[in-house]
Amino acid sequence: MKEIYLDNNATTKVDEAVFEEMRPYFCELYGNPSSMHFFGGQVQGKVTEARSRVAALLGASPEEIIFTACGTESDNAAIRSALEVFPDRRHVITSRVEHPAVLTQCRNLTQKGYRVTEIGVDGAGRLDMEELKGAVDTDTAIVSLMWANNETGVIFPVEEAAAVAKSKGALFHSDAVQAIGKIPIDMSGSNIDMLSLSGHKLHAPKGIGVLYLRRGTPFRPFLVGGHQEKSRRAGTENAAAIIALGRACELAGQHMQVENSTVKAQRDRLQDALMSAIPNARINGGGAERLPNTTSIAFEFVEGEAILLLLSELGICASSGSACTSGSLEPSHVLRAMGVPFTCAHGSIRFSLSRYTSDAEIDTVIREMPPIIARLRQMSPFGREFLKGES
Amino acid sequence: MWDYTPTVKDHFLNPRNVGEIPDADAVGEVGSLACGDALKLYLKLDNNKEKIVDAKFQTFGCASAIASSSALTEMVKGKTLDEAMAISNQEIADFLGGLPEEKMHCSVMGQEALEVAIAKYRGEPVPDHDSEHDQGHAYPDYEGEIVCKCFGITDTFLKKVIETNRLTTAEQVTHFTKAGGACGGCIPKIQELIAQVLGDADAQPRKRPEKLSNMKKMQLIQEVLERDIRPLLWADGGDLELIDIDGSIVQVAFRKACAGCASSSNTSRMVEAKLRDLVAEDIVVEEVPA
Repeated sequence: MKEIYLDNNATTKVDEAVFEEMRPYFCELYGNPSSMHFFGGQVQGKVTEARSRVAALLGASPEEIIFTACGTESDNAAIRSALEVFPDRRHVITSRVEHPAVLTQCRNLTQKGYRVTEIGVDGAGRLDMEELKGAVDTDTAIVSLMWANNETGVIFPVEEAAAVAKSKGALFHSDAVQAIGKIPIDMSGSNIDMLSLSGHKLHAPKGIGVLYLRRGTPFRPFLVGGHQEKSRRAGTENAAAIIALGRACELAGQHMQVENSTVKAQRDRLQDALMSAIPNARINGGGAERLPNTTSIAFEFVEGEAILLLLSELGICASSGSACTSGSLEPSHVLRAMGVPFTCAHGSIRFSLSRYTSDAEIDTVIREMPPIIARLRQMSPFGREFLKGES
Repeated sequence: MWDYTPTVKDHFLNPRNVGEIPDADAVGEVGSLACGDALKLYLKLDNNKEKIVDAKFQTFGCASAIASSSALTEMVKGKTLDEAMAISNQEIADFLGGLPEEKMHCSVMGQEALEVAIAKYRGEPVPDHDSEHDQGHAYPDYEGEIVCKCFGITDTFLKKVIETNRLTTAEQVTHFTKAGGACGGCIPKIQELIAQVLGDADAQPRKRPEKLSNMKKMQLIQEVLERDIRPLLWADGGDLELIDIDGSIVQVAFRKACAGCASSSNTSRMVEAKLRDLVAEDIVVEEVPA
């Protein structure tokens, strides 16, 4: 069965060109970039090139790029560093809809005596900027807010939020894992101090991430014990993955226009068709500015895992904010923070597209989705009541 | 992705008995939209009102909830109400070839809907539970103090599930009942309940009966296998099936991880020791090749 992959916010296909770029650095050019000999040196050259390519996508300088193992590591490193840099500041601010890589760490800090404020969102998933302005004070060490939400694609006004943080001397970090490669980002002249990136969300392999660290920002390393990355992240460089990420960032820059035209048009066509074919559905975050590739749709009276498995039978890969898929028992914290009505909180499906998505694939989903929802509503006691009312 | 058995997948993709019975004798409803799963079960009895001749269901929930409901309707057909009442959630899970532990609450929901339907049929008072907040553990015997406020689950219900499934950790209780799975505020209380149930069991050490009729002996062997032995094997991913009882010879076949396990002769001896301890001294356990 050929898959129709609409789960690109979970992970992406490694671009063939990216894979070709990294291929020689396993069995042939396997030298350690830190070695003095020519054999390691030629790898060092490619790592330097990759660093420049990543920096170019972000509008940053190469020395502001620290390679890490993943987005989660970057998030952890940024927040921990801020707390060590400002030992007297005992307050941390984040949002209620962050990725667990940030949220779990912040919540754990409350047990270490930190004050943690989680800024709320409105029904469309937009950040409560007034709450943020009221929360930041001179005790705040760091404000960490995601650039774009992984479940809904809703974009936060991070530049504005960073200016609020700066006004009280707090550091500002953004988990930009979902945003990079999908929307233009320019760190030159930005107030953002730190930024997290993950390779496998933009057609590079898993196991490579970046922490962007603005020049002049005080920093304490998370991993110590080596001079790599100017002693800001010890550990032998994952050279092949770094080289791959460089190429992936270069390609992301070239395809940015496609993401915001072709992919966006496919996303819009998909959600418009589903919304008109299926009654009692709503777009989570539909009223907010969103990533061009993401749509999260909540269907009343049905449960998300059942939808996903029926889609999966047809080769269609999507994701859900429902409880049952994750092993947790409540709908996702993002949907709950947005106050998604309980009638449909358990029936949310996220489609996330990429530049590999074809129009034919979108056609298939538009064709297959309505009967799946109808079938499950027919089976659900609430769905049957609703259908009776309709007829 | 959940590791669902082929039977779970089959009952999810081709659910048996979806629908309603307009002139049903018994209807049981549990769960709610807010909870994330709900089941409405219809039972039709024969003219003598003895046996269940038809069963249908409607389920809102995940694949394992739909499969558990489908399995339940298949299992109850042809049974008397008393026989149906005796179906345990573990038997529903077994019918499906097992459920992931995190999904055991789906089998519990099926069993509970059955109890509610039969209680209502027998005229026992059953509270309404169609509001958003009352999350619907409606079986009257489960009235009690609400322990899990998020899912509206009482201590009486939790104790029953802890006891029948021999649960020993709060995490297991969450997997089986959902209690403690949202805010987690009631986990200490759940741990207390587990201690109470285990304490009750320890307080009354079970003794081997002095004398046993053949009939009683067979019953007791089955009970010890269900209550004391199979849960131990499940913990290691194994299982056993009782094949036959001939006097004092108990024939069992090992299943799942136990089948073909190098130490199954040790397991055999453990089973034998337990049965000798709790049933009769002369029991001999024989392993039938799987």
